[in-house]
Amino acid sequence: MSLIVENLSCARGGRTLFTGLSLRADPGAFIALRGPNGAGKSTLLRALAGLSPSRGSIRWGETSLAEDADAYQEKLLYAGHLDAVKPALTVDENLSFWAELHDGSAEALESAMARFRLKALASIPAGQCSAGQKRRLGLARLVVTERPVWLLDEPTVSLDAESARDFAGTVSAHCAAGGVVIAATHIELGVEGGRELWLDRFAAVPAKDGLEAADDPFLDPAFERENIT
Amino acid sequence: MKAVFLRDLRLAFRLGGGAGQSLAFFLIAITLLALGVGPAPDLLSRLAPGALWVFALLACLLSLDRLFQADYEDGSLDHLLLAPTPLEGVALAKSAAHWLTTAAPLALFAPVLGAMLNLPDAAMGTLVTALLLGTPALSLIGAIGAALTVGVRRGGLLLSLLVLPLYLPTLIFGAMAVRAAAEGLPVLEPLALLGALTLGCAALGPFAAAAALRINLS
Repeated sequence: MSLIVENLSCARGGRTLFTGLSLRADPGAFIALRGPNGAGKSTLLRALAGLSPSRGSIRWGETSLAEDADAYQEKLLYAGHLDAVKPALTVDENLSFWAELHDGSAEALESAMARFRLKALASIPAGQCSAGQKRRLGLARLVVTERPVWLLDEPTVSLDAESARDFAGTVSAHCAAGGVVIAATHIELGVEGGRELWLDRFAAVPAKDGLEAADDPFLDPAFERENIT
Repeated sequence: MKAVFLRDLRLAFRLGGGAGQSLAFFLIAITLLALGVGPAPDLLSRLAPGALWVFALLACLLSLDRLFQADYEDGSLDHLLLAPTPLEGVALAKSAAHWLTTAAPLALFAPVLGAMLNLPDAAMGTLVTALLLGTPALSLIGAIGAALTVGVRRGGLLLSLLVLPLYLPTLIFGAMAVRAAAEGLPVLEPLALLGALTLGCAALGPFAAAAALRINLS
């Protein structure tokens, strides 16, 4: 099955970020979202997850977000800026909770702990972990839940070089197994066979001046008139 | 659902979890009242039913603002929304965990404080029963308020303003039951009404809370 997005537009705080965005992600696709700050990468990912309102059509195979949000959302996993880690629980308890909530198998839990090198940390409260370790714990949820579509927002932030390489391997393996990955990144994730989607091409404001132009009071015609007369 | 319930219980008893704080507040507030009113046993015993219920209400309210806020701030709420468990189930599980860690201990300790306020011994059983029957409604209604104010910074006061008026029926029938018991009157009627309130809140609360969460998250 494929993730199909047609004519999507998203607004944030009453300002349209992008319009007319269409994309198709077939099994095994890796799409890197690119664009300057404020282009709407995070908003697009949240919209694809059904966490932000959007206009247009989003569907996974025949399951449409607008018609059956629950069935659609059961196909995807979103990993945002926040790691959703409880500092008072140990690393093991944090991950086990998500595994149990998603009916993840014990093997999946085991393999996630191993793949993200969390075994040595298992009994440490997550609050004592470093930012990179917390990020690894957050990302380990991807493997535990076994869902086909991954929506990743800057997944490699605060990861060290080795962990970032490992993570690229995890993403590649997921794609090779027929999964779909859409990730917003500023750096090269190093996943082979991926393609890039530049969000500024769909910007609602002419790309030449960038998105900031709309906010600039000195470019507002009303402001100019007022000051000339 | 069970996973969410158990996680919230565990979190409540960990460092900074806040279990026991509501109980401590309840103990100290009633003690202050008893000391403030002074040695007037008759006055205290007349105040006791209402005072016990009002402070139980406030103690319950104190911990409500973290019910969804903590999960919202660390991103867990997004994931709970995407999880296979329906959001209504999550709201119910979290309300249940909140009740078990804050209100249930209050009910069990209430006779000690009742004695401090010179509440007749005959009313103690009814006091515990009424609190156990009535306080689940407080957690369930509170979950709606907590869900409505989830994105609001320092929304504690707003939450109180939203939730306290909805606590009125529970307060009225709860205090009525204890007063009736103290005066040796039948208590079945107010207790039945308390139970009905709790059941009504259990049926409606999780749906309202989940709807409020969905609006706040998008």
